[in-house]
Amino acid sequence: MSTELSTTPEPAADPAIPVSRPPHPLAEFWYHFRQNKGALGGLVVILAIAVIALFAGLIAPHDPDIQYRSAILTPPVWQEGGSWTFILGTDDIGRDMMSRLMYGARLSMLIGLIVVTLSLAVGLGLGLLAGFFGGMTDVLIMRAMDILLALPSLLLAVVVAAILGPGLVNAMLAVSVVVIPHYARLTRAAVLAEVNKDYVVASRVAGAGPVRLMLIVVLPNCVAPLIVQATLGFSTAILDAAALGFLGLGAQPPTPEWGTMLASSLQFLQRAPWVVTWPGVAILVTVLAFNLLGDGLRDALDPKLKR
Amino acid sequence: MLRFILTRVSLVIPTFLGITFLTFILIRLVPGDPIEVRTGERGIAPERLAALRHEMGLDRPMWQQFLDYVGNVLHGDFGLSLITHNSVLGEFLTLFPATLELAMCAMIFATLVGLPAGILAAVKRGSAFDHGVMGASLTGYSMPIFWWGLLLILFFSVQLGWTPVSGRLDLVYYVEPTTGFMLIDTLMAGDYEAFRSALGHLVLPTIVLGTVPLAVVARMTRSAMLEVLGEDYIRTARAKGLADNRVIGLHALRNALIPVVTVIGLQVGTLLGGAILTETIFSWPGVGKWLIESINRRDYPALQGGVLLIATSVILVNLLVDVLYGVLNPRIRHAR
Repeated sequence: MSTELSTTPEPAADPAIPVSRPPHPLAEFWYHFRQNKGALGGLVVILAIAVIALFAGLIAPHDPDIQYRSAILTPPVWQEGGSWTFILGTDDIGRDMMSRLMYGARLSMLIGLIVVTLSLAVGLGLGLLAGFFGGMTDVLIMRAMDILLALPSLLLAVVVAAILGPGLVNAMLAVSVVVIPHYARLTRAAVLAEVNKDYVVASRVAGAGPVRLMLIVVLPNCVAPLIVQATLGFSTAILDAAALGFLGLGAQPPTPEWGTMLASSLQFLQRAPWVVTWPGVAILVTVLAFNLLGDGLRDALDPKLKR
Repeated sequence: MLRFILTRVSLVIPTFLGITFLTFILIRLVPGDPIEVRTGERGIAPERLAALRHEMGLDRPMWQQFLDYVGNVLHGDFGLSLITHNSVLGEFLTLFPATLELAMCAMIFATLVGLPAGILAAVKRGSAFDHGVMGASLTGYSMPIFWWGLLLILFFSVQLGWTPVSGRLDLVYYVEPTTGFMLIDTLMAGDYEAFRSALGHLVLPTIVLGTVPLAVVARMTRSAMLEVLGEDYIRTARAKGLADNRVIGLHALRNALIPVVTVIGLQVGTLLGGAILTETIFSWPGVGKWLIESINRRDYPALQGGVLLIATSVILVNLLVDVLYGVLNPRIRHAR
């Protein structure tokens, strides 16, 4: 107990007693995170998908849009009639599934990134304002958030996408709008927990302005739950964007977005199950990886929730 | 008690007004004049346009239009569908029982499977069973349910031929809709063959729609049970020499159920959202499929009314859960 808690050791007093410094926060985080095999697995999968997404142009065996008319609905290589040219088979107009999935990974990661950045930025801002200024500002912002939360998220996304018109960009906007309340609520709760602590009062007394107080003093102490939520937000974004694509309200064919790919080859479900199977597997694996990572981050970052 | 209920109800009113406002402006965000959208490419004479605008109140200030809209909605007037010219409320009410039946079956399925799985996982913490349940529930939670539905159709309907692919009932049967719940209607008509057909049609959609709630319920039950099992009174109960089943089933479960019930209530929104996908896959004639069709047909009044009605039912269910929760747990009722 004594060695671990001695944050201000007196080096000259007794050199015989080894002085242990507290571990760096990052090292401590990594130590806890490493314990969770699922989260590690999730991280590895995400990194792999990110590499595939980044280098899709280099590693994809074919152009995702080229139609090989002679190889329409070729089954995957391990099935009868499959060939190594098209490892995961081809779709109904002869495009290579594997290449399309790789380019789809690019889209899905991009969707996740943009949606999370957008909703996090807006939600964070609203939550900070609500938590800091309280009173009427708080009531107005949080009531508006409650209204958004009262609608089923997919329903709201569908409606927004329907109003804006179908398309990938609009789908991303729709999904972003839907998840803003989560970030706003989390930020507000974290701000409220911090805002009356001594260090905040001290900087206020020292003359820090509201912007400095918000962004530099308080915000860094609120990031842990936001990091977790942002990671989980990736999975929601990818899932919802795929659902919109499936409903015809997201990315439009021939864009190799996973949900759209699934929807556009629905009628071949019986004849060529692989055109439907692979996009779904890709969505499931990606979403699962982000959920695993998010759970692991929560355990590692938030000691209160640790069990 | 009454005071508690009234407070909760009064809190819902601004949310309801907010949703009404949201649906009101959403329709105005659609590019194009509502009348021009209606007349389409045929075009319309300017004076006729002006007359129609006046008739529909579109030339009045926005806030007055909004008040009119709220007034109409409160009188149950959600407008007419552009395509069928039927009342939106009427169309919604004919289709809603189908969605409700599906959603209720999904919730029952999720609870019946998720609750015991969660309890067992908590009791056998760290065992293979626990890991299995947690892995399965995380997978279920990550599942793109539209794809999951297709896989189930492919396997059970196409390959094995066990279940029908779409709809609520085989066409050979006709049952007079009295409650709108196919299972109840067929039973009331005494037509057991039709009942079996209805049940068969329900199985796959129920599983698909229930997957995400099932995962949530199992996870929540497990963590609530783990928390409760660490409490002192559980140790006391064990120390008294009570049987394990009694400690877990009676002492622990009762307290663990409180957060689980809340979570089940909160899943109603997820269910109605998921119904959009599930109904589309299985051609289930409910409000979710109707909503998507309205979008595709650019039937904006139907979309507007449908969204408002679905949102209202979600709000009402959440209110009900809130009040029930207060009834079950006096601490909440008496909190400030």
